[in-house]
Amino acid sequence: MALPPPDPQFVLRGTSAAIHTLHFSCGSQGPDVPTLFSGSENGFIHVWNLKTHRVDTALDGHGRKSVYCVETMGGKDRLLSQGRDQRICLWDLAEGRTSVTDSVFTENVGFCRCSLLKVAQGRWLMAMAAKALEEVQVLELPSKTSVCTLKPEVGAKLGMPMCLKLWQLNCGSQPLLLAGYEDGSVVLWNLSMAKALSQLVCHQEPVMSLDFDSEKAKGISGSSEKVLSIWSLNEQQNLQVYKTHRLVNAGISDITIRPDKKILATAGWDHRIRIFGWKKLKPLAVLDYHTATVHCVSFSDHRNPSERLLAAGSKDHRISIWSIYTQT
Amino acid sequence: MSSAMAGLERALREAAAGLGRGAEGAAAALGAVRAAVAAAGGPAALGERERALFGAFLRSVARAPSAARPEGGWRSCFLEAPPGPALCVLLEALGSPGPSFPPREVVEVLEQFLQEGRISALLWEVCQQQAQAASPELQEALLNKIVCLPDHVSNKLQGKNPPVFFPQNYFPLLGGAIIQVLQKISDSLRGGSDCSISFVSHVLGKACVHGRQKEILSVLVPRLTDLTQSDCIWQRICWRLVECVPDRWMEAVVLGFVQRAPGADVLSRLLGNLVVKNKKAQFVVTQKLLLLQYGHTTAVLQNLLGYLSLDSLRRALLIKVLQELLETWGSSSAVKHSPPEQQQYISKAILICLSHLKEPEIESCRQELLASMMEGVKCHLDSNLPQIRRLGMIVAESISAKINTDGPVLKFQYEEDDEARELKSLLVQTPPFCVVPNLPDDDRNEKADAALPLVLESKNKSHAAAPVMPDEESDAELDSDDDLIPYDMSEDKELKTKAPVYIRDCIEVLTGSEDVDKWEATVKALESLVRKNPAATREVSVELAKILLHLEEKTCIEGFVELRQRAQVAVLTTDPIPVAKYLTSQFYSLNYSLRQRMDILDVLVLAAQELSCPKSWKTKHSAAQKPCTQLLPGSDGSKDWRRIVDERIKSKTRRFATGPSQAELASGPNEFNSVAGHFFFPLIQHFDRPLTTFDLLGEDHLVLGRLVHTLAILMYLAVHTVAVAAMGKALLEFVWALRFHTDSYVRQGLLSCVSSMLISVPAEQLLEDMTEELLETQSWLGDVVEKDPDGDCRRLALQNLLLMENLKKKLRTVPS
Repeated sequence: MALPPPDPQFVLRGTSAAIHTLHFSCGSQGPDVPTLFSGSENGFIHVWNLKTHRVDTALDGHGRKSVYCVETMGGKDRLLSQGRDQRICLWDLAEGRTSVTDSVFTENVGFCRCSLLKVAQGRWLMAMAAKALEEVQVLELPSKTSVCTLKPEVGAKLGMPMCLKLWQLNCGSQPLLLAGYEDGSVVLWNLSMAKALSQLVCHQEPVMSLDFDSEKAKGISGSSEKVLSIWSLNEQQNLQVYKTHRLVNAGISDITIRPDKKILATAGWDHRIRIFGWKKLKPLAVLDYHTATVHCVSFSDHRNPSERLLAAGSKDHRISIWSIYTQT
Repeated sequence: MSSAMAGLERALREAAAGLGRGAEGAAAALGAVRAAVAAAGGPAALGERERALFGAFLRSVARAPSAARPEGGWRSCFLEAPPGPALCVLLEALGSPGPSFPPREVVEVLEQFLQEGRISALLWEVCQQQAQAASPELQEALLNKIVCLPDHVSNKLQGKNPPVFFPQNYFPLLGGAIIQVLQKISDSLRGGSDCSISFVSHVLGKACVHGRQKEILSVLVPRLTDLTQSDCIWQRICWRLVECVPDRWMEAVVLGFVQRAPGADVLSRLLGNLVVKNKKAQFVVTQKLLLLQYGHTTAVLQNLLGYLSLDSLRRALLIKVLQELLETWGSSSAVKHSPPEQQQYISKAILICLSHLKEPEIESCRQELLASMMEGVKCHLDSNLPQIRRLGMIVAESISAKINTDGPVLKFQYEEDDEARELKSLLVQTPPFCVVPNLPDDDRNEKADAALPLVLESKNKSHAAAPVMPDEESDAELDSDDDLIPYDMSEDKELKTKAPVYIRDCIEVLTGSEDVDKWEATVKALESLVRKNPAATREVSVELAKILLHLEEKTCIEGFVELRQRAQVAVLTTDPIPVAKYLTSQFYSLNYSLRQRMDILDVLVLAAQELSCPKSWKTKHSAAQKPCTQLLPGSDGSKDWRRIVDERIKSKTRRFATGPSQAELASGPNEFNSVAGHFFFPLIQHFDRPLTTFDLLGEDHLVLGRLVHTLAILMYLAVHTVAVAAMGKALLEFVWALRFHTDSYVRQGLLSCVSSMLISVPAEQLLEDMTEELLETQSWLGDVVEKDPDGDCRRLALQNLLLMENLKKKLRTVPS
């Protein structure tokens, strides 16, 4: 008989606002404590100490406007955050500092999270939704120079970009961008030519989130529908539907594949976190803890696989931390 | 023989003379009389003339000076004498006591007379005489003396009455005497000689009509039940006993028998075919006990109708009775004007009758039954009292089940309570003297045992189904996914649909959405949304009220009506004036169902209640308050306001006694103050203007009843508001216009209007502004207290009069 699903390993409370984004930083060696960054609706970024389960610092850099994307750049001392104040901030947190070193004014009013890709030591590419409705802009950080602007063809009617994923096959190869759009399609962009390589209509509703596994050339996307769509990228750089999976309840706000590519987690509007096996999308667990929409899921980057954690942030102001399928 | 009589005559004369000659003479005279009686063949053999002489002799004994009465001897003289004259003389002596014979002594002799069984001797003597020929006057006199003996004695002795003369002791004794006499009669009948029983019947009848049925029949009925069990002569005697009761006393006797008989078969044995032979008895049984009286217990009804059903001659009467009962049951005037208790009684009788009817009999009167059922069910369902409606439903269901054994039967929806169950149980005849076997108990256990494995089985099944297996292709290709063992996902069910978060969304969903789940969620969430967003609600309040008023149950939601009502109340309390204006105007407009109009009234009341209580109280009691349950089930709203009024009266009186000590009670502005008029006046304005679809004064009296009750509650809740005096005056005029309404529910409402008016309007204003109306009302109330057929109306009117009285007292205590 199947075991009942596990309970959260612990729960972080105290942000007093809905959680919109989570990012672990546990991979560094040495005496550093594992850390979790959370961005919440009241504009704060909380830095959680995962040893004590307490907030170490609360960063206030977005004028009390919702923070919906947090990423680290390298170590945990350099942070990128995106907020509803239409700004992307770069933070310097080293030696206890909490200062914004630089910021990008996106002029975009949507909810599209930016995507960060390290292309070389100290050099990053960042894709973000641009001022014009349908456009995506790619910048180089920290120089903030524009690399390209990706405009859909005239008359494509893709709508706003909803989610972005920058990736490259291996270090040094050409970076590519996968973007999910309002009309439910996923488009693969070539950055150097600023040209769409392939477009696949995966959903009837806006694509809320996507993740991509470059090793297997397979991606997954979720929308406000009851369906998860898995698609693959063939050698001719064409996207094609590989499989769809029907969910019990509609609405997926976030999808993350674990770095080891074994499992993936989805954050559902039905308050539940679902765990699937990545290979065949075999349903593994339904974690029912939250009492409101789950906004984000994130896997930790612990070096030791048995310590790997899953965090989920929800509208109910809580962050649940789970330890699941760590022995594989 | 005649020489012996002559000897007795002489002896009596001499003895009467001898009484004057001192004690010895008297003793000798008594001895001579005794000897002469013995010579004449005992007291029983005496003729009329000798009796008269004996009477004279006894009278002279009673009048003789006490010195002339030899101790002991003279008493036995009374006890051995023929009992008739002896009783007469003793009672005369008691009536006009002489100096020589004080009442105390008379009573002592009487007591001995009773204890030695002289009464039964007396009865037996009269019975024998009757067989010959007897003077009716004498019998009448004796009858009076026998039955009224306890009264005579207690009148004379007042407090010093010996217990044997208490009615509760005397009449059982009389009953025992009757049994003895009947025994003698039975013996003499068996011996072949004729005997009259009519004097005994007279005694029985008179005792019964004097209200002593319980005492005398509690002895007679059990004995007769035993004796008639297997003896046809005793049965004949018993029938005769009842048949010979004069018509004027028949009712009391028959009723007594019906009440005391342990079962219908016993009753049938005791009464025989009395109802067929005796017109008066027939009238009593078929009319009076069933249609004119209604205080008897169900057992009495069962006895009575069972008795009718037990003989083929009487079965014709049973069918006739059923038809008459149904006629009454189906008469709209009876339904309207007779008290509910009587209607319940008649319903019970009908059901019992039905239980006795056999198939061919039903066949013969199927059409009549059907016709009267249709008639009756119509006027019962028309009634405003839920109890009456339910009675109608139960009876109609039963009739229809009886007459349509194969076809479709009527089926109503009503609450199954004790009363309904009791009524239905009457349909099943319990066979008399049949002990219910204990079998069912064992049976049930067995069944439970049998059911147990089943339950287990199904449990196993559900467990087997619980683990959700991974999808079918898992064995198709070997994959590393397989080492990830899934957890139990059986709890992963579909989430309930999320309710809209904005009021405007709700409006959209309620008006246009085809999504049933969303619609349900909206209905459930609406009240809290409205309460949380008063400002947003005010923007669309009237529109929302309109939608809610027309909202119909799309799917089967539990408590839909309550949910809708709560939402309506929330809207009305959030934005009282425009919404109240809308609702009250809709109450009198075209094309609404009665249900909708009553919904309007309920919502107005609940909202008024909410507005009028202080906020802090509301929050404190909000859990306990639950306004929804108060008005919805049927028309139990009337009970609710009554409770309020009662509580109010109670609190008034308490405050009187303890002074104003409740100052700490929550305080806050009464929100109802400013809007009371908007709730009240539009409702009261148009009641007498019939529309094509809505006629309050005509057939829609149910709504009128609810309207009146609503006005009463609004009036009550308007206490301490500015508009209260004007409201009171308008309400009094309204009540006056409707005071003779035929529907008791409406009248109850009117009376409660008066109550709340008296409570809410300050006394000074009452007397200043509406003195005349009050006086009129008072006289009307007096009328209602005396004449109204409805018990509740009488009680309410009395309560109102008391309130007025209190008001008067209060004014008097305040120095003007």
